[in-house]
Amino acid sequence: MDWINHWGLSLAVFLPLVGMGILLMIPKAEESSIKATALVTSLLTLAVAVAVAAKFDYDHTGRLQQQVNKPWIDVIHSRYHIGIDGVSLPLFLLSAFIVVLCIVYSWDHFPEPHNPKAFLALILLLETGMMGTFVAQDLILFFIFFEVVLLPMFFMIGVWGGPNREYASIKFFLFTLFGSAMMLVSFVALFFLSKIHTFDMVVLSKLHGAGIAHSTELLVFAGMFLGFAIKVPMFPFHTWLPDAHTEAPTVGSVILAAVLLKLGTYGFIRIAMPMLPGAARSWAPWIGLLAVIGIIYGALGCLAQKDMKRLIAFSSVAHMGFVMLAISTRTSFGYNAAVFGMVAHGLITGMLFFLAGSVQERYHTREMSRLGGLLTQAPRMGWLLGFCAMASLGLPGLAGFWGEFPSLLAAYNPAHGQSDALFRTYMVVAAVGTVLAAGYLLWMLQKVAFGTPKDEFANAHIHDVHPPEWIAWAPLLALIVVLGLFPNLLFKVTDGAVTKLLGV
Amino acid sequence: MSTPVVDYHALAPEIILTATIVIVLLVDVFGGNRERVLAPRLASIGVLAAFIPVITLAIDGADRSMFGGAYVVDNYALAFKGFFLAVTYLTLLLSFDYIGDGDYYQGEYYVLLLTSVLGLMTMASARDLITIFVSLETISIPTFVLAGWRKHDTKSNEAAIKYYLIGVMSSGVMLYGMSLIYGVTNATKLAEIAQAVVHPEHAALLAVATFLTLVGFAFKVSAVPFHFWVPDTYEGAPTPVTAFLSVASKAGGFVAILTVVAVAFGNPHSPAWSSVQWTLWVLAAASMTLGNLTALRQTNMVRMLAYSSIAQGGFMLVPLAVAGDAPRSAIQAVVVYLLIYGAMNLGAFAVVIAVARKTGSGEIASYAGLGQTDPILAIIMTGFLLSLAGIPPLAGWFAKFMMFRAALDAGTTAGTTLAVIAAVNSVIAFFYYAAVVRKMWFHAPVGERAQLPTPAALTMAMSISAAIVVVIGVYPQFFARIGELAKF
Repeated sequence: MDWINHWGLSLAVFLPLVGMGILLMIPKAEESSIKATALVTSLLTLAVAVAVAAKFDYDHTGRLQQQVNKPWIDVIHSRYHIGIDGVSLPLFLLSAFIVVLCIVYSWDHFPEPHNPKAFLALILLLETGMMGTFVAQDLILFFIFFEVVLLPMFFMIGVWGGPNREYASIKFFLFTLFGSAMMLVSFVALFFLSKIHTFDMVVLSKLHGAGIAHSTELLVFAGMFLGFAIKVPMFPFHTWLPDAHTEAPTVGSVILAAVLLKLGTYGFIRIAMPMLPGAARSWAPWIGLLAVIGIIYGALGCLAQKDMKRLIAFSSVAHMGFVMLAISTRTSFGYNAAVFGMVAHGLITGMLFFLAGSVQERYHTREMSRLGGLLTQAPRMGWLLGFCAMASLGLPGLAGFWGEFPSLLAAYNPAHGQSDALFRTYMVVAAVGTVLAAGYLLWMLQKVAFGTPKDEFANAHIHDVHPPEWIAWAPLLALIVVLGLFPNLLFKVTDGAVTKLLGV
Repeated sequence: MSTPVVDYHALAPEIILTATIVIVLLVDVFGGNRERVLAPRLASIGVLAAFIPVITLAIDGADRSMFGGAYVVDNYALAFKGFFLAVTYLTLLLSFDYIGDGDYYQGEYYVLLLTSVLGLMTMASARDLITIFVSLETISIPTFVLAGWRKHDTKSNEAAIKYYLIGVMSSGVMLYGMSLIYGVTNATKLAEIAQAVVHPEHAALLAVATFLTLVGFAFKVSAVPFHFWVPDTYEGAPTPVTAFLSVASKAGGFVAILTVVAVAFGNPHSPAWSSVQWTLWVLAAASMTLGNLTALRQTNMVRMLAYSSIAQGGFMLVPLAVAGDAPRSAIQAVVVYLLIYGAMNLGAFAVVIAVARKTGSGEIASYAGLGQTDPILAIIMTGFLLSLAGIPPLAGWFAKFMMFRAALDAGTTAGTTLAVIAAVNSVIAFFYYAAVVRKMWFHAPVGERAQLPTPAALTMAMSISAAIVVVIGVYPQFFARIGELAKF
């Protein structure tokens, strides 16, 4: 099994692409073989990802493992450099895992206009982009994967989305493209400013921006900030998110929430903060401020929603606010909380979007004023919604808690050089946000699950959870519980890596 | 006085092309109807044959200089000659059915096209103001006629007249500028001008001279504010000619600017550089911004591509505006951008021709639902448009990347500002490229469509361009070397 060390990561990244190639050659009419190909590809990818995880040396999670460093574009000093450490590993696994579940979930119900071939091909392309972003160790390679993700999502929203899909898809794309264009300018500027002219992320992280004037560093950081903050998305760049989530097909929303948003926060942890620590120190209070505004704004936004999916989208803004608050503390405690928060949000919000999709499929509406009594009509689904709402509001014992609570704690004691008083204020405000979170999630639960069905659906036959849904959801639910009970499973993996990234 | 040395090997590509032009012309004049149909085949054989000496010269690798250094065949020249021949071959593929079906005179078409190519070939080697001027005219004059090829169509007539008047005027301005340069520096060879402009006697006059010369070039590369002929000419001209104009003749203009700037005025210590730099800076910023903003409002596909090509020209001017401070990156960026732009723009025009055959319309609205009615064409078009927008992993990203790299390599405020303007513009550009993508995939088909198969030549043109766009996008390394060949 030694080949895993050399080929595992590349294989996991490009297998979906190969699968997509095969899938495109199958005639459109043979739907079952198309679905089978997609499922097998995603399962194989997951298997390789698991093998990578099995080969991973958990005693040295801070060390970049299973590295491949080959020439790629010499002319611009960019190399095919990939590798995995404790921060990448959980997100890498999460991506491979979510894609399998998404393919299982869509098995029988492809959204209109159907066309499983194109839909699955796009999901596989998306998978390559996601997996690649989390293992890339070269800024240009990172940029390519970061961008590859955009197109499939653009088409998924635009072709299979809701009534307002065109607006939502182009808005999503333009926002992210603007960010990534600025990010690219910053990457190239960093290349020319750093002492060693390189795009290698490992080298640049070690340099810590040495030799760059502080004012210049601030500007370069600003470019990266735009790229990542739009992706997260942080207030005030979040406006694309509710539209994209609301219009996207269920599976698109799940992938968007579970993985794509993490590309932004991951970028902060992996690139912006370690490579330009001086600028990060100056920017941290502002990032923290935007994060807490996001927490409160997202929560208040939730309370104003009529659409269930839109509410979950706004809750993402709030949850990602917690992650960003944790990152802005620039402590290893905060980073650990951030990575945990990313994974937990991926599992829980992914699950919530699955549920919202299934509710819509049954009732043909997501308007909460028309819904009600899910517990009487489809009790299992109702309970699952309750469970996820609890997980999302940060109930101890479930995964959400370990993302939120440590992030508050981290704000109590930010890194040296940050104002304690300021971050403690942020902590208090963010704590209010958790109360609001409980408010809007319980409100949604009450509207959708409690009470009696409205008249229009009183006699409707509402099917409870289908077998494909169980298969897709059970692993998510299990992980929410397992990570809630044994958070150290994840903290142990990330701890070494974040310490290394902080360079302490 | 000795007779000039003529290196026949170095001139072989041009000689082959000239011979082809003569043969096609003779066949057309003296041949019967049966021989005349051979014209397109003869033309493409000639173009392919001209490739052979380009390759042997590249293998040989020696720099050859003739006519006192006015005409140089080095790797830089050969790279462009290869590029121009490839573009010509693709244009011929686009032309076969278009010209053949249209009941036009075939022989003259190919003669004129190849004559223009001959100008492009000499442009790649020109290192002297007079050679450059003669090359530019050889490129332009045949295309004036080609633009009016659909002579029963008033739009085509308008295209030709506008193009002709603007072209002649710009030549006049440019020639006046060049004569002033000669007056100040007492030289027409670029290398000698470069020495003279370090400490010129009449710095102010030199600034005026370079400005006028650049304005002349700006007309040729359709930079804003000298672009107004472009949309009408592009829309009225036959589409293969438009493809040729937007790629080959535009590239000819860029080669002229690149050579002049890099060889003669690229010295940052020369007072001439600052006027050249600011002229180019303004042209670049204006072309990107106005080209893109106007493209947003277009409803006709060819007009949209016309404005898009103006904006793309702006992106190509960005590295030139920093050529004094980062010469290597700048030259590399322009060369790479031109080559990639050639592949993706020609590909896009190939699809436009293929779609117009079926729908009989050039309106963007007629692309609605192409993803359902003709998925292959729609996928290829999506690829070209997204490549033009610079979305990885299609080749366009690498072109844009090299442009950013050059702008930031300069390390000047002017360069950095231009990079940020370019970044914002690449986002604006995406909007109109995506508008077509959305039409093709997110909308239902409208109108009647003829069930015509796409001709083989057109399919081949699309496949070649698509392959280039994908391969370069994923593995730019091999290709990027071409940009390193320049040794100014």
